[in-house]
Amino acid sequence: MVIHGANRRMQIYGALLLLPAAVLLGTFAYLPTVATLINSLFLPGFRGAPPEFVGLENYAMLVEDRTFWRVARNNLIYALGTIPTSIALALCMALFVNARLPGRGFVRMAYFTPTILPMIAAANIWMFFYAPQIGLFNKLLGALGLSGVNWLGDPSVALTSVIVMTVWKEAGFFMIFYLAALQSIPPELKEASDLEGTSRWSFFWRVTFPLLMPTTLFVLINALINAVRVVDHLFILTKGGPNNATNLLLYYVYENAFSFFDRTYAATITVVILLVLAVVATLKFTVLDRRTHYQ
Amino acid sequence: MTAMPRLHRQRGRSMNPNKNNHPGAHAAPDDRQRIRLEAVSKRWGDTTAVDAIGFDVAPGEFVILLGPSGCGKSTTLRMIAGLEQASAGRIEIGGRDVTHLPPGDRGISMVFQSYALFPHLSVADNIVFGLRSRKVPKAERRERLARVAQLVDLEAYLERKPAQLSGGQRQRVALARAIISEHPICLMDEPLSNLDARLRGEMRREIKALQQRLGMTVIYVTHDQVEAMSMGDRVILMQEGRIVQDATPSELYERPASAFAASFIGSPAMNLVTLAAAADGAVIDGEPRCSVAPHEAKGHWLGLRPEEVRLLPADEPGVPAEVIDAEYLGADSIVRLKVGSQQLRARLDGRPSLAAGAACRLQWRPETAHFFDASDGQRLAITGHDLSARTGRHRFEPGRPGAQGNAVQDREAQASSYPAGNDSPGVNR
Repeated sequence: MVIHGANRRMQIYGALLLLPAAVLLGTFAYLPTVATLINSLFLPGFRGAPPEFVGLENYAMLVEDRTFWRVARNNLIYALGTIPTSIALALCMALFVNARLPGRGFVRMAYFTPTILPMIAAANIWMFFYAPQIGLFNKLLGALGLSGVNWLGDPSVALTSVIVMTVWKEAGFFMIFYLAALQSIPPELKEASDLEGTSRWSFFWRVTFPLLMPTTLFVLINALINAVRVVDHLFILTKGGPNNATNLLLYYVYENAFSFFDRTYAATITVVILLVLAVVATLKFTVLDRRTHYQ
Repeated sequence: MTAMPRLHRQRGRSMNPNKNNHPGAHAAPDDRQRIRLEAVSKRWGDTTAVDAIGFDVAPGEFVILLGPSGCGKSTTLRMIAGLEQASAGRIEIGGRDVTHLPPGDRGISMVFQSYALFPHLSVADNIVFGLRSRKVPKAERRERLARVAQLVDLEAYLERKPAQLSGGQRQRVALARAIISEHPICLMDEPLSNLDARLRGEMRREIKALQQRLGMTVIYVTHDQVEAMSMGDRVILMQEGRIVQDATPSELYERPASAFAASFIGSPAMNLVTLAAAADGAVIDGEPRCSVAPHEAKGHWLGLRPEEVRLLPADEPGVPAEVIDAEYLGADSIVRLKVGSQQLRARLDGRPSLAAGAACRLQWRPETAHFFDASDGQRLAITGHDLSARTGRHRFEPGRPGAQGNAVQDREAQASSYPAGNDSPGVNR
C-alpha cells in the first residue's frame, strides 16, 4: 500500500509538471482546432438565430468556389517560388559567411537584419522599392532607359513581387540555422577530405549537405508553414489584389471571416489548410527522415 | 629491400598474386617516402609556434614528434600535411618541394586525434571515401576495401555507422582509411589519446605491427612518453617550437641532451639536484660530506634516474640520505629521499624496507650520472665519481654499531644546521 501511495504521488507529481504546457497547448492549439472543425459544419446564424447545422455543405461550396481555387493556386505558386529559393539562398549565404572572410560578423548581421524587421515594417520598405512612380526599382530602370513596371499593380507581376520580398525576408532567418549547423561540423572532416584531394564541390555534396539534412528538414517544414501563414505583408502591399492575383489562403480566410463575416466558411478553409499542411509535413518527414542522419 | 614492394607483396599474397601493377609500384619507392624539413617555421602574428626546425625522415621509419602541449609538434605535422602553411622554410617529400602544394597532392594520409570519420557514412563508405575522390574504379575500390578491412579486423562492421562503434573500432576505421590510400607516408596526430589505457596499449602494438608489415613511413605526434619510447624508431623531442633532441628512444633515455629532455622522459622523472662546491669536488647542495663529481660540476645540476639510485644501509659507502616517505606500487616502490637541501626519488624493487626518517646511503654507477648546465640546461661532459669506491669523508669505524648510530645522529644534527640551499626552479619536477 505504501508503495502504491508513493507511486500514485509520483504520477500526480509528473502530471502537475506537465500541466502548464498541457494547459497552454490545450487552450491555444487543440481547443481552437476542434472549435474550428465544429464551426465548419454550421452556417452562421443571422439576427441572433442559432447557427444551423449543415454537415459538409460548406465543403461542397468550397469545392465550387472559383476564388478559393485561384487563391489555392496562388499559394502553391507562392510556396514553390519562396521555399526552394529561400532555402538555397540561405544555404549559400551560410556557406559564404562561415568561411574566413574579413568583416564576416558584419556580413552575418546584414544578412540577418531582414528577419529582425517586423513584417509590416519590411513590407513598408518594399512599398518604396515597388512604388510605380517614385519607387527604387523603377528609378533604376529609368536610369537605364527602360520603362518601369507596375510591380504590385500588374496581375501578372504582382505575385512574383510578393515572392521576391518573402525570399528576401526568409533567407536570412534560415541562414542562421544553416550557419549553426555548419559550425557544428568538425573542421577535421574538411581536412581529412582535403588530404584525399576531394574537391570543394564533391565535399559539399558528399559531406556537408548530408550532414545539414536535419537542418534542411527543419527549415523546409518551417518554410512551408510560413508560406501558408502569410497575411501581414499582403495588408500593406496588395490587399490580395489586383483581382485576387496575390490573394493567399490565410488572407482569404481573413477576408471571409472579417470582411464578409462568414465565420463558418472561414473555418472550413482553415480546416482544409490544416489538413493539407499535416499531410505535407507527414510526407516530408517520412520521405526525408530516412535519408537524414541525426548525430 | 624497399618499403613499397614489401607493401605490395604482402597485399599480393593475401588477395591477388598477379596484381603488382599499381601505378605507385613503378615510381622509385624510396624517393616517394623521404621527408625533409629545412628551417621550417610557423608564426601567428608575434607568436612563433615552430622556430626554424629541420629533420629528415628515412623511408620506412617510425618517427615520433614528442613534447608537452603547445611545443609546436602538431603544427609541424600539419605543415607536413599541408593543412597549415609554413611561414618560412622548405618541406620536401620524395625529393619534391611540397611547401606550397595542397594537401591532396602531397601523397600522404593522416590519422586524426578525433578520427575525423564522416558520421553519416557507413564504415565501408568512410574507408573508401578517398578512393572515390580519386575516382578509383568501383571494382578496385571493393577489392581494396576487402583487403584493408581484413587487415584491421573490421570485416564484421562495414555496414555500421561510426556512432555504433567503440573507440577502438573507430580508431581502426581511421587507420583503414589511411592505409587504403596506399600512400607510403602516414601522419598520425595523437591517434590514441581518446582511448582508455588498456586499449591504448593494444593499439600501440597494432599500429606498430601494421607499420612494419606495410613498410609505411610514419610521423607520429604524441605527448605520451610511453608511446614515444615503445613505438618510435626515432624520437624528436620538441620544446617551445624547437627541437631539443633528435635521437633513438634508448639514446633519449640514456643520454638526454638537456635537463628538459631528462625530465620529460621516464616516470617518475629524472632527479635533478643542485651541486655545490666543496673541498674535494662538487657535492649535492647541503650535503658537503660526500663529493659526487669533480670541481667543474659545481653550481650545475646532477641528473639521476630514480631506477639507477641504489639504497644501501647507513654503514655502506655513498651519499648520506634520509627517507621521507615511500609509495608502494606493487612491482616496485618509489622512495622519496632527502639529501642535504635536495630531494631525490628512487625506484626500488618490491616493498620498501626502510621506514620514514631512516638514514641510509645512496649509490649509483658513475655512467648513470648526468650533468646539466644550470643556466641553459644543456648536457655537460662531466663524469661523476664512483661512489662505491669511496667511503666519504667521515669514515665509520667498523664493528662499532653503537658509535655508528651516534655518528648518524651527529651528522644529522650537523646537516640540519647547514643553511638550506635554495632549490633551483624545475628541480625534481
